[in-house]
Amino acid sequence: MLDDFLVRALLGGVMVALVAGPLGCFVVWRRMAYFGDTMAHSALLGVSLGLLLSVQPVIGVAVVVVIAAFALFWLERFRWLASDTALGMLAHGSLAVGLVMASTVPGLRVDLMSYLFGDILAIGRQDLVWIAAGVAVTMLTLALIWRDLLAATVQADLAKAEGVPVARVRLIFALLVALLIAAAMKIVGILLVTAMLIIPAAAARRVSGSPEVMAVVAALLGMVSVAGGLGLSLWIDSPSGPSIVLAAIVLFVLLLAGTGLVAGGTDRRR
Amino acid sequence: MIGGQENGAGDRRMLARAQGLAVQFGGRTVLSGVDMDIAAGEIVTIIGPNGSGKTTLVKALLGLVPVARGRAELMPGTRIGYVPQRFSIDAVLPLRVDRLMTLTAPASADAIGAALERVGVAHLRRADVASLSGGETQRVLLARALLRQPDLLVLDEPVQGVDFAGEAALYALIGELRDEMGLGVLMVSHDLHVVMAATDQVLCLNGHICCAGVPSDVSRHPEFLRLFGRQAAATLAVYRHDHDHDHDLHGHVVADEAGGDHSTDHHGHDHHSHHSHSGHE
Repeated sequence: MLDDFLVRALLGGVMVALVAGPLGCFVVWRRMAYFGDTMAHSALLGVSLGLLLSVQPVIGVAVVVVIAAFALFWLERFRWLASDTALGMLAHGSLAVGLVMASTVPGLRVDLMSYLFGDILAIGRQDLVWIAAGVAVTMLTLALIWRDLLAATVQADLAKAEGVPVARVRLIFALLVALLIAAAMKIVGILLVTAMLIIPAAAARRVSGSPEVMAVVAALLGMVSVAGGLGLSLWIDSPSGPSIVLAAIVLFVLLLAGTGLVAGGTDRRR
Repeated sequence: MIGGQENGAGDRRMLARAQGLAVQFGGRTVLSGVDMDIAAGEIVTIIGPNGSGKTTLVKALLGLVPVARGRAELMPGTRIGYVPQRFSIDAVLPLRVDRLMTLTAPASADAIGAALERVGVAHLRRADVASLSGGETQRVLLARALLRQPDLLVLDEPVQGVDFAGEAALYALIGELRDEMGLGVLMVSHDLHVVMAATDQVLCLNGHICCAGVPSDVSRHPEFLRLFGRQAAATLAVYRHDHDHDHDLHGHVVADEAGGDHSTDHHGHDHHSHHSHSGHE
């Protein structure tokens, strides 16, 4: 069954969506959409490095993205540098280095389009193993830090005063986002990977009354988007990555329209 | 240390202490030479102008800001219940009151219900936190702090966003909690003219401790007069909290009345604001 490229694509996409849902909720709650984007941009540098050192590109991506996450934490100390400026510098600086490297290093041929927009139909058995391992580690870690991370998100001082290791869970969360982006790059590509995190989460907010419900709904919506996008891609022969993002947007609009009619007066109690 | 009305000082358990505390932000000293301590059963209120370091002192004691010199510490075994100065939930995060109650530690449904009931907001259990009024939010946060069974309540401007009647009721509640549970209470006042009458000690802060003592003494202290001016000092008001009843038995009465309109005081206390010069004790 895994011989079918479509089955592999679906499996890989669904696994990534499963963990992108809950992680994406935190990205939305913590207002870190631009952070996700920065991680994704730096991933291209990882691809180039991976190919240059002739290791799996996904390893190069994981290493570079994790380094970028640490670099951001370090840059946060400088009060004279606004955090969105630091993010932008890191995003475009690493993208630039990655692109220059990809084009000038002899013998290094990077299929840019497949990294920028994803190549889910080219997921192989080995990719599936990588994705499954990454998803399992990410899910387990997120489950372990869930309460602390939520507390740190709601009110950091309150959480810290009550013994939550706020700095540590924030760093772990940043690393989880970095790893997910490495895994999801193959699915929707560098330019669209943030969409996998934030669109299902934003859509889930409309129908969720608690953080935990929102995480589960976001995971479900993400998985439906992957299936729907793949279907669309087959049907009209569109590129699969953008089709998945389009499916997620359609779900968001449908939920907005569906809940807007009934929830206008009920989602605020007062 | 100044003792409470009923008990003598000296034999109570120390909960938190600062000694020669200094805090700097970006090389600028915002607090220096602060000595203070707080014992079980004691209410300490910090007053001072904006930017005088009130919240910074509280955060240093809780370990939330780095200490430049001296010490700021909670004594080992002191459980704190903290109500921070700023608390707002963004509408992007769906959070109901009952989930907020278990934010940092799990709790049984009964314990959550009891804590909300005690502060008179049991009816808000399923409400969205983002939809609460200022007074409701403060009460819910107080219930959340109580759920942790603290030794020390740290309340940073607990009556902010609360109307006048609600303010009196909230101060009465804090006094009752101290009496019932023997809690220490460290409170930052939002208004330098108003401290709760049950306060055992007032710290007047302006980067350092200008003066400290029982409320009536502080209002006559030369440093206080210099800092705020005679005119302002003359208006230092104190919420009087008459102890003309037994709080241990009183708890049941509160439970009967909880859940109704909590913007008025149910407990029959008299809350007047007195000019300090009229001599409240």
